[in-house]
Amino acid sequence: MNTRTLRLALVGLAAGFTLSATSTVFAAGERVIPPSLNWSFSGPFGTFDRAQLQRGFKVVKEVCANCHSMSLIRLRNLSQPGGPEFSTGQVTALAATYTIKDGPNEQGEMFDRPGRAADAFPAPFPNEQAARAANGGAYPPDLSVLAKARTYERGFPKFVFDMFTQYQEQGPDYIAALLTGYKDPPPEGVTLLPGQYYNTYMPGHLIAMPPPMQDGQVEYPKGPDGKSPVPETVAQYSKDVAAFMVWMAEPHLEQRKRIGMMVMIFLFIFGGLLYYTKKKIWARIPAAA
Amino acid sequence: MSGHSSYVPKTGFERWLDARLPIVRLMHDSAVSYPVPRNLNYFWTFGGILVFMLVAQIVTGVILAMHYTPHATMAFNSVEHIMRDVNYGWLMRYLHANGASMFFVAVYIHIFRGLYYGSYKAPREVLWILGVVIFLLMMATAFMGYVLPWGQMSFWGATVITNLFSALPVVGETIVTFLWGGYSVDNPTLNRFFSLHFLLPFMIFGVVILHVWALHHVGQNNPTGVEVKNVAKDTVPFTPYATVKDLFAMVCFIALFSWFVFYTPNFLGHADNYIPANPAATPAHIVPEWYFLPFYAILRAIPDKLGGVLAMFAAIAVLAFLPWLDTSKVKSMSYRPVARILFWVFAVVCVILGWLGAMPAEGGYVIASQIFTLLYFGYFVALFVLGIFEKPLPLPSSIADSVLGTMKGGSGARLATATASEPQAKG
Repeated sequence: MNTRTLRLALVGLAAGFTLSATSTVFAAGERVIPPSLNWSFSGPFGTFDRAQLQRGFKVVKEVCANCHSMSLIRLRNLSQPGGPEFSTGQVTALAATYTIKDGPNEQGEMFDRPGRAADAFPAPFPNEQAARAANGGAYPPDLSVLAKARTYERGFPKFVFDMFTQYQEQGPDYIAALLTGYKDPPPEGVTLLPGQYYNTYMPGHLIAMPPPMQDGQVEYPKGPDGKSPVPETVAQYSKDVAAFMVWMAEPHLEQRKRIGMMVMIFLFIFGGLLYYTKKKIWARIPAAA
Repeated sequence: MSGHSSYVPKTGFERWLDARLPIVRLMHDSAVSYPVPRNLNYFWTFGGILVFMLVAQIVTGVILAMHYTPHATMAFNSVEHIMRDVNYGWLMRYLHANGASMFFVAVYIHIFRGLYYGSYKAPREVLWILGVVIFLLMMATAFMGYVLPWGQMSFWGATVITNLFSALPVVGETIVTFLWGGYSVDNPTLNRFFSLHFLLPFMIFGVVILHVWALHHVGQNNPTGVEVKNVAKDTVPFTPYATVKDLFAMVCFIALFSWFVFYTPNFLGHADNYIPANPAATPAHIVPEWYFLPFYAILRAIPDKLGGVLAMFAAIAVLAFLPWLDTSKVKSMSYRPVARILFWVFAVVCVILGWLGAMPAEGGYVIASQIFTLLYFGYFVALFVLGIFEKPLPLPSSIADSVLGTMKGGSGARLATATASEPQAKG
């Protein structure tokens, strides 16, 4: 590339910058960008914080699961490596607290039995219609992959940097922000219909989910001093729920990042060896054959 | 380059087999003794990388097909079953999904390398056209593959793209009905897309064999665009020289691939595709995968539906005519001062079109898309006109001369003719 072409490339790049600047202005009018939080699972060495996942599960089980299903999660997943890592005993005990409709048996009848670790997480409603009927017409979405299904536009040039920084936590950032983003009363000029709530981070700001949690609602495990090591506040609950939802959406995240590092180290060494092999072989070519 | 084979069977069995099926000879001639211009740069390693990607996609795809269920009510959950319960299923799926993107990264570099160094010019027209055919098949395969997880973008992408065919006069509606297998995108559509998604890669493989055959018949182009004149001086044997270089480049490419697979596996996808397909809820913006965005921008630039469809297909078809649209006798743009600028403008235009394809089709974006669509096609018109009066820089008299720096001013627009002598048996 000579200087002229370089200059042209730069002009093109500059044009891209100006065009994208206008686009972010558009986007800002529609949505409020959630703040970027610190997550233990971000970056190439990221792992889940077991205690956080266990707390998140407690909130999900006591609060979220009253309306939301998690159809892709099996109870046994909770004791899998790389997750909340409850003991198998804890999971079996938890499973036994649920009653599962099974069957048909040999008489052709459906029957109830205690839950097993292999069962899916029981859904709060038998079908979508029942869920809608109980929630004023709104359907609480399944939470299994929701952390990967929610995002916001990063815009140019941020999305380019994300490739290098590995920032990909738009989902949990958004979920944590949404759970804390309720405004009651709503800002002036916004009229809410019955069953509508105002949320800063919801696209369009109107959400059918009522504020789901209050400070102190869920009791966290106590530390040795008799107090929970983290505050029992909505902000903390929200973070823990969001982290748990990332694990639900990506249960093999830790294994993936761990294998990734081994692959990278292997490729780096193998690539280095190949580079010098290549140099050595090409040095054999006589300058003038 | 076709020439006499330098293969000498060493063992009794090899002689016996060679007399009956000269397959070892074929392999030796195409991957060992095949003469490669000695001045190739790393842009020439992408052919090998693409073969690797095709094989990788087929291997991961076949494994995924063992666990996937092509049914409208089960497809989404079966993909999640692969992600959660199948041993290393997440790895197979992320390799396959990101592999498609990496395949296109490599193919775009490969195509732009061909554009810059004039690899489409005589005697490589058929080689180039086969490449355009592979590109089209790749696009069809990738599009159908993206439908299979049956998420929101799968469903709505399929709806938008299949609907395009309805713009064609007379046959349009019939084609759309055949694509859908009914009156809308539904389970029959998913079934046939799965079937075709499994079939097309093998058709690609077939055309790749023709592509490589054509390549090995005419020989590789090189950064000077001057044909090989003296095999002994201008070329090196494929093995070990090109083999080790290709391998090194491939490992670098796999490192990039791995970065996405292991660290940001969903960066290149769309979050909406983790929402199960819902015919009753249209996503706010329906966007195709990134590698289709420039063509999507061209499609939406034309206010008329049929016009848009024709423009989009023309944007790909025009490539097939490039060998005759570019009137210059000089291949490499390293020796074409004006064409070189055009090339870089064209590259930037393609990137901006890609960006416009991701933006909503409204207001200023539509006008910008129209301007850049004109610039896209303008490149081909400009090349046609330019070749007539552009004064190229002096060409090196041979590849060896260009490498060894003894430039003895080759004549300007003279088309260097290959005088391939007997290939040397080296290495």
